[in-house]
Amino acid sequence: MTSESTEPAGPTGPAEPVPASGGGARAWLREHSELGVCVLLFALGVLVLTDALTMSVDIAQRGPVGPRTVPFVIGGMFLLIAVLLAVDVLRGGRGEAEGGEDVDLDEPADWRTVLLLTGVFLGAAVLIGPLGFPIAGALLFWGAAYALGSRRHDRDPLIAAGLSLFTYFVFDNLLGVPLPGGPLMGVL
Amino acid sequence: MDSLNSLIDGFGTALTPMNLLWAAIGVLLGTAIGVLPGIGPAMAVALLLPVTYGLDPTGAFIMFAGIYYGAMFGGSTTSILLNTPGESAAVVAAIEGNPMAKSGRGAQALAAAAIGHFAGGMIGTILLVVLAPTVASLAIGIGAPDYFAIMVLAFIAVTSVLGASRIRGIASLLIGLTIGLVGLDQMTGQQRLTFGSLQLADGVDVVIVAVGLFAIGEALWVAAHLRRSTGKPIPVGRPWLGRTDLKRTWKPWLRGPAIGFPFGAIPAGGAEIPTFLSYVTEKRLSKHRDQFGKGAIEGVAGPEAAASASAAGTLVSMLTLGLPTTAVAAVMLAAFQQYGIQPGPLLFEREPELVWGLIASLFVGMVLLLALNLPLAPVWAKLLRIPRPYLYAGILFFAAVGAYAVGGESLDLVILLVIGLIGFGMRRYGLPVLPAVIGVILGPAAEQQLRRALQISDGSVTGLVNTPFSVTVYVIVVLIVAWPLIGRLIGRVRGGRNAAEESRTVSGG
Repeated sequence: MTSESTEPAGPTGPAEPVPASGGGARAWLREHSELGVCVLLFALGVLVLTDALTMSVDIAQRGPVGPRTVPFVIGGMFLLIAVLLAVDVLRGGRGEAEGGEDVDLDEPADWRTVLLLTGVFLGAAVLIGPLGFPIAGALLFWGAAYALGSRRHDRDPLIAAGLSLFTYFVFDNLLGVPLPGGPLMGVL
Repeated sequence: MDSLNSLIDGFGTALTPMNLLWAAIGVLLGTAIGVLPGIGPAMAVALLLPVTYGLDPTGAFIMFAGIYYGAMFGGSTTSILLNTPGESAAVVAAIEGNPMAKSGRGAQALAAAAIGHFAGGMIGTILLVVLAPTVASLAIGIGAPDYFAIMVLAFIAVTSVLGASRIRGIASLLIGLTIGLVGLDQMTGQQRLTFGSLQLADGVDVVIVAVGLFAIGEALWVAAHLRRSTGKPIPVGRPWLGRTDLKRTWKPWLRGPAIGFPFGAIPAGGAEIPTFLSYVTEKRLSKHRDQFGKGAIEGVAGPEAAASASAAGTLVSMLTLGLPTTAVAAVMLAAFQQYGIQPGPLLFEREPELVWGLIASLFVGMVLLLALNLPLAPVWAKLLRIPRPYLYAGILFFAAVGAYAVGGESLDLVILLVIGLIGFGMRRYGLPVLPAVIGVILGPAAEQQLRRALQISDGSVTGLVNTPFSVTVYVIVVLIVAWPLIGRLIGRVRGGRNAAEESRTVSGG
């Protein structure tokens, strides 16, 4: 669609020669990791179509367009776009990674930080029920700051606790948005 | 002057102590957020959605409008003092503003930007007052096919006009539409993509999607690529302008809004294009063309005025048609939906107090911003020194608060994280985030209007194009879709001749 070249290139099989050695193949895959996005989009399309196909509609149909029509269209578009994107990638098209004020794209991605943050966030999601918001929120902030490289063990927990308690009181008392207090608020 | 009377009533709403307080909180939060690196206005409004759960809609939207304008104000401060524009609208401000700051004229650059925003916002809002009721009354009779056409226009515009690649834009839109499908079908109650889960049957809340894509996705993405050495902001005094500077800036302040406002009202990417156009215009018209690139004050004044005016233009199409043209407008639309209010032509009739209170509060907010920003600029500049771990930990923290406040469910936090990881992947592979958000917000409504239109016409597709309004909109859609093709055709006709000659020489030789 956006590709400038007029040469036809099939979606099946790579358009560029794959080097024979294993290391070369890995490098090729790394270079074309965007194909993974195509696979995901294709899988999403299959998922949406399957869901639409397994829907039983005869009882509930009202009007000429049923609840399956739009999912069919979206699912079909997914398959089409997945193929078109694959063609674009194999022809050398690249999705440009997003820049930003604090973003340094010259360095390789720091997966450790991302995994740590994901873990901290999941932990907070699990703990918010039993421990309440003030404690889980403080742990979330402290953990995230730690994952992002802050090592001020005197200051970080204090800021985390202060922020969490302050937010709890503002939401619970001033804004009328209830958050779970947990055992800590039961004691205070 | 019917709208003038309504506006005066609006001031009656906006100037009540409570609403004045929300406006003040809005502009303060907005400026702080705009100054803070890494937080754009869209993320700010998304993060603050839960804050307003306990507010009445008028107060909430007055605050949102303050945040929107405030973030624009604050964004230029970052550009000028740090040379790292966070949002696209502030890129141009850095081109001239940062050299000015480096050569010791930071105070003048900040003043030119602040007054430019004031002028742009004022002119833009006056145009909003004049135009919005007219547009709304023109659109008052529109029905299901017209609404569907507008939403198709929004989908096409957001995938085609913005970003480098249409395929990636459409992929993002499809992701958003799919998230919008999750839950019970609005017309028949069929479960779609719920996988038998009771919680998913309620659908994925728009707030969670917006916060996930804008806040969590962004924080994780920055975390993966965090710049270890952050730039040092240039210290600056109180902004002021001398007589010679005033002489050079007053015309750009007036020209900028003329460019910015119309671009804000159409789905063309918000402030990005008009700020750039304004910059080019000022460069061409300036008597000091040699200074451009080294710190020409016109290059700050014009684009900043254009940016603020485009924000007002955005509100015209958002309030009168329910058509979001920028990410902020999209999130604000989601906020309207939270309150069960449908922006569109009927909004001015049904919610006059809300709409005119909101518009009047824009004027109030602008005055507050100017009064706050000129004297407080050195204080705002201190925000640039916040340690980055705290900043991004704070974003994750408030995102979690917001998602949890939606329904008090831990599962919502997990969904938030999943959507955040999707947002991370989208940033990595250049899929724009905005189409996905528009898809989630407008998708379900578009489907409903489509089915309603086809119900009326008894299944005939002509039911979608049986009004002059919808036909007009589809013509625009076709033009947008066909534009690159037309451009390529013209190019091929021109280039084709050369190519034919070339091939002849090749085969001959």
